[in-house]
Amino acid sequence: MTSLSPVSPDPTAQAVTAPDPGLHRDQPFSRRNLIQTVVGGYLPLLVATLVVFLPLLWMVLSSFKQSGEIVTTDLKILPESLNLENYRTAMTTVPFGQFFLNSTIVTLAGATIKVLLAILTAYALVFVRFPFRNFIFLLILVALMVPPQVSILPNFILIAGIGGKNTLWGIILPGLGTAFGTFLLRQHFRTLPASILESAEMDGAGHWRRLWQIVVPVSIPSVATVALVTIVTEWNDYIWPLIITDRPETMTLPVGLTLLQNSESNAAGWGVLMAGAVLVIVPILIIFAALQRYIVAGLTQGSVTG
Amino acid sequence: MTRQLSPRPSTRPADPGAGTAKIPHRRWTARNRRDFFVFLAMALPNLVLIAVFTYRPLISNMYYSTLDWTLGSPTATVVGFTNYVTFFTSSDAPKVLGTTAVFTLVTVGGSMVLGLLVALALNAKVRGTTFARSAVFAPYVLSGVGVGLVWLFIFDPGYGVLAWLLRGIGQQSPQWINDPQLSLVMVILVYVWKNLGYCAVVYLAGLQSLPKDVMEAASLDGANGFRRFLSISLPLLSPTTFFLLITTMLSSLQAFDLIRIMTPLGTGTSTLIYEAYLQAFGAYNRAGYSAAISVVLFAILLVITVLQLRFVERKVHYS
Repeated sequence: MTSLSPVSPDPTAQAVTAPDPGLHRDQPFSRRNLIQTVVGGYLPLLVATLVVFLPLLWMVLSSFKQSGEIVTTDLKILPESLNLENYRTAMTTVPFGQFFLNSTIVTLAGATIKVLLAILTAYALVFVRFPFRNFIFLLILVALMVPPQVSILPNFILIAGIGGKNTLWGIILPGLGTAFGTFLLRQHFRTLPASILESAEMDGAGHWRRLWQIVVPVSIPSVATVALVTIVTEWNDYIWPLIITDRPETMTLPVGLTLLQNSESNAAGWGVLMAGAVLVIVPILIIFAALQRYIVAGLTQGSVTG
Repeated sequence: MTRQLSPRPSTRPADPGAGTAKIPHRRWTARNRRDFFVFLAMALPNLVLIAVFTYRPLISNMYYSTLDWTLGSPTATVVGFTNYVTFFTSSDAPKVLGTTAVFTLVTVGGSMVLGLLVALALNAKVRGTTFARSAVFAPYVLSGVGVGLVWLFIFDPGYGVLAWLLRGIGQQSPQWINDPQLSLVMVILVYVWKNLGYCAVVYLAGLQSLPKDVMEAASLDGANGFRRFLSISLPLLSPTTFFLLITTMLSSLQAFDLIRIMTPLGTGTSTLIYEAYLQAFGAYNRAGYSAAISVVLFAILLVITVLQLRFVERKVHYS
């Protein structure tokens, strides 16, 4: 081990090399070392990344292919041209523009309200005195574990009964109660030092001002995490919009894609379907690429309780 | 704004002078009363929504499950436990429960084992791991409908990439969609592809929090990488493993999007959740029967959740 640093008798240099005593390093760029790094380090990473990306790349490439390029036993990897015909067909076969608009409205309205409700509830749970506060939190925690899938039939009967079938509010309403966001923000608010709030209280700031001028501004990363995770789940939400809409005017993108799948059931329709899949997947992929830190943290942390 | 509201004598201190010494008697000061209403104003909308759309359905489902009721019909007959009896004595139960068990066990096992392998790769001290970590996680956040369609195209027996690859080695593509067993295999493969990134990221966090001194001591003792992994990392990761076991099991039991888009009829892929959907919203509109299946599913989820809660409790004692 000490032979690694023959030129430097400095003890700190030894300390730096010490954490890796198990790795037998002859020389940093020896052939053995390079092969080991490539096979043990880069190759698995490359394989894992390709397994994820190739299907998505295939989707994008196929969305530009004309049916003649798809319905052939002779596989062509690249499309002949950047042909937007499939996108045009997808838009005209079913009202894809409308789906896109509906999805955007449902996602933005739903996520905004949910984040707002989560902020308010979490603040109340942490900073406002109330009897049985912990019991209320427990009820929220339990709600977090109730999967929305087992609630669809009763919710369908309720929402359809009050005229919410084939309406955007009917899609949004049942999902508005937010246990996930409340939980995540509560956990974060509890870590805030009480002193900053106390001094604001001394200055005569009420709860409302304390919430928006102190608590929320210092909690932007957590709020962003909740917002992004909510946006992603609202956009991808499938089972509920599928049940509560059966008319194209109010369908969201994933449901609309199902409709497109039904009308493009022959092999020639794959290009059109891939164009549709691009429209559903790519917006989230862009958001994820830009802000993945928050999304990964939120999804792996929030799931701590299911 | 709470001034006009009538004071509540029962909760107000009877004698303010005596009350100052004891905290319980000071509960209903003006400020606390204000807080009471501030709390309600802030939390009530969310709490009501959760009560109506999360808690109420659980009770409704139990009630519906005792009915012989066609969805959309104005009349229903109370039949007691007939729906449960029908489910458990018909050929549905072994089929649906079997499919659910196979789907859940294989997807949980598959995404955890592969997730751990990917996590080990991501834990390597090379460049690009941050990018690879995000890339591997990406499918987890993508629409199941979109992803399902992409893979359906890849699996297409006529013009899919897989068929082309198989032709390259002189093989015929199997009929993934029509064969009940193969369609289950197909959905499982795609589900694992979509979810292993989640396991990988959680395992990676676990790996990175392993005590470094223990690993060093082991390698000084001459344990090689594989040995270190098997006898030190893996046991130390057991809390992570248990956590993932529970969370992935819960989400596998709720898997819907991929099954719906890849096998709309549920041939060979009808798990509990999908059967509940098909019975109510498929061809039959059997609301009561569907509710009974939902209750069975909920009971299973409840058992797993209770297991998890007990584990979380234990974990708190550990630290």
